[in-house]
Amino acid sequence: MEENASHHVATKTFVFVWIALLCLTGLTIKAAQMQMGEWSMVANIAIASVKASLVLWFFMHLKYEKRLFKLLLFVPIMTISIIIVLTFFDIWYR
Amino acid sequence: MNETAHIEHRDYAAAKLGMWLFLFTEILLFGGMFLVYAEYRQLNTAAFHEAGREMNIFIGAANTVILLTSSLTMALAISAIKKGMKIRSLLFQAATVLLGLGFLVNKYFEWSDHIRKGLYPDSPVLLAMSHGKILFFGLYYVMTGIHALHVIIGLSVIIFMFALTLRGNISDTDYVKLENTGLFWHIVDIIWIYLFPLFYLIL
Amino acid sequence: MEASFYHAKTRYPGIFGWIFTTDHKRVGLLYLFSTLSFFAVGVSLGLTMRLELIRSGMHFYSAQTYNAIFTLHGVIMIFLFIIPGIPSSLGNFIMPLQIGARDVAFPKINILSWGLFIMGGAIAVTSLFTGGGPPDTGWTFYVPYSIRTGTNISLAVFGVFLIGLSSTLTGMNFLTTIHRLRAPGMTWKRMTLFTWSIYATSWIQLLATPVLAITLLLIIIERNFGVGFFDPAKGGDPILFEHMFWIYSHPAVYIMILPAMGTVTDIIPVFTRRNIFGYSFIAASSLAIAFVGYLVWGHHMFTSGMSDTARIIFSLLTFIVAVPSGIKVFNWIASLYKGSIRMNAPLLYTLAFIFLFSIGGLTGLVQGALATAVHVHGTYFIVGHFHYVMFGGAGFGFFAGLHYWFPKITGKLYEEHLAKLACFFLFIGFNMLYFSMFVLGWEGMPRRYYDYLPRFNGPNLVATIGSWILAMGLIIMFYNLIHSLFAGNKAGDNPWEAASLEWQTTSPPPVENFATQPVVTKGPYEFR
Repeated sequence: MEENASHHVATKTFVFVWIALLCLTGLTIKAAQMQMGEWSMVANIAIASVKASLVLWFFMHLKYEKRLFKLLLFVPIMTISIIIVLTFFDIWYR
Repeated sequence: MNETAHIEHRDYAAAKLGMWLFLFTEILLFGGMFLVYAEYRQLNTAAFHEAGREMNIFIGAANTVILLTSSLTMALAISAIKKGMKIRSLLFQAATVLLGLGFLVNKYFEWSDHIRKGLYPDSPVLLAMSHGKILFFGLYYVMTGIHALHVIIGLSVIIFMFALTLRGNISDTDYVKLENTGLFWHIVDIIWIYLFPLFYLIL
Repeated sequence: MEASFYHAKTRYPGIFGWIFTTDHKRVGLLYLFSTLSFFAVGVSLGLTMRLELIRSGMHFYSAQTYNAIFTLHGVIMIFLFIIPGIPSSLGNFIMPLQIGARDVAFPKINILSWGLFIMGGAIAVTSLFTGGGPPDTGWTFYVPYSIRTGTNISLAVFGVFLIGLSSTLTGMNFLTTIHRLRAPGMTWKRMTLFTWSIYATSWIQLLATPVLAITLLLIIIERNFGVGFFDPAKGGDPILFEHMFWIYSHPAVYIMILPAMGTVTDIIPVFTRRNIFGYSFIAASSLAIAFVGYLVWGHHMFTSGMSDTARIIFSLLTFIVAVPSGIKVFNWIASLYKGSIRMNAPLLYTLAFIFLFSIGGLTGLVQGALATAVHVHGTYFIVGHFHYVMFGGAGFGFFAGLHYWFPKITGKLYEEHLAKLACFFLFIGFNMLYFSMFVLGWEGMPRRYYDYLPRFNGPNLVATIGSWILAMGLIIMFYNLIHSLFAGNKAGDNPWEAASLEWQTTSPPPVENFATQPVVTKGPYEFR
């Protein structure tokens, strides 16, 4: 039954995370409007990744899950990264 | 605690693991489309930026806020049921559904606006444009379309969970179904977090 | 003693007790029956193709019919036989028994997977008789032809999409089962290597199949809405389709071969009466193959117009695959060394597997090397190569497993002499049929044509005669198995005196698999 020992997360924590997500949304719009060329895209993807991590870590409870879940998450992320990088070896040099 | 509750509790971790593995397939499914986007943006950077300026940032940002908020209400619905607060959980689930519907309504107006301008796949207006723009709008319709399909599926499941909570099948002793629904809803949110800059913030 | 699962009372009567079952053993047998039926269709199509190719000239088919038939042969053999072949049938039946579980983690999703598989198969078959006629693109559905041809691609592709969904769900189910439902004492290092191979396979099914799903979905969208992802006229890139197709389909090759490797790894210790040599290396090489499988898809595209940088990188990475495969082959040989060998049918099929798979693997290196690949690309050399790996490897591994677990599944013994005779016919016919293709390919005969120049007549005749001998072997093998199912001698619970967990219960097992919860105290290959 120890697996069922679910962690109670305070409502406050969720609301803080939500506020952070909204702030980051504002920031990403700002970054896009600064017209930094390629860097706008880089900044936007970086901010999106921070937002995604917040959702994963708190809303999806990953912070309170067993280590197995955290480790497993790397498998699809690594897979998709490998696929994109190897495909780009074709596209960059074609 | 009766016998069936025992069995379901024993499978709790398995149910959650299965759900996470299923979410991995969603990551790879959208990952395939992100790969298509990445290549075509790489090959048609200027046209993508030009096309991006025809998007309505306001609707995109509003939908982002709506989905983020719905993720919050979903998370709160789960922590409410864990503490045994059934009514509170039901209210938060209902709020999630309403927000999700709001997202779809926004999407509807956005799409109809584009279609009115003649910007839809294979339209004469679009075919007269550059290759990059054809690809951009093709990706826009397909990626946000498949995402919207996931929103619709998510909403149907949440409505079903609402009924189960109402009947007491989901309670403070057995809430893994609601938790898994929440996980699905959050992954839909995460995908939108990436779609938003790719289509609306490419100026 | 409890009644076997065949005689247990089911929730629904008769046939519905099977198609609405949640028992992993019944689901496994449903898969076995359906995949073998598809196999029979695929074999028949292959035989008629060989008949058309017996000598140059047009004999029975028009070119268009031939295109449809090789497409159908490929789609059926790949998606409806080999991919679900071992994992979904034998894996479903045996894997939960091997880890001491009562069932898979999600029994209802398990039967849903089978339902999706059958629906997908039915839709793919329907595509032959409706719309614009049978698909003629080959099983690869390459664009831009697949978005322009008038044949019934959308429906066929949708069928494959459903089969992919079924495969993904099976992968998710098995991963959860292996993680969560192992019996007390069943540590990771006490699992059989068959279960390890199923574990590695399930990861590929889970992570590669969604990419195929989205690629096929994009084809359907492209055909129906003219979106323009892959159509060069609208700025699309056909090579991107090839990338996405092979991002799935190369790992899928390992979905096909890994479970066969696991099967023979389980068989060798039992018939040599000694522990497997290099347990950890074999287990790790399964995972390594699953991983490396994602790095090498580009070697299917050496002549597609991909950049030189990418071609060199993919060629280099391809050679890495040889390492874990080599580790496995050497460990199998080392396990045979100084064992007290009992030459029963399962081991005979296993030895055939090792021989044929080695030829398949080594000719693979010819195509992994960029320079030679350009020379043999699109010839019969590649047809010979993948039949050696897929049929000689996955197919013979499947036959080995079928014989090895036959007593477990049915409680009966098959006729040993007939099984060996069948293996002999299969082996001879196989080599005549497919080795000729290496010769033809090296001489430059292109694949996928219904006709060829008269100078290729000789080896083609040998190949066609080989196909008849091969078919005879299949007939003897299946006659033996089906006949023994009804008239075979009782096998007893553990006829091979194997040590792994699936043999420690009755044959066939009761519904709950084990009368009492088994507790594991030793490894799967410890006979003393």
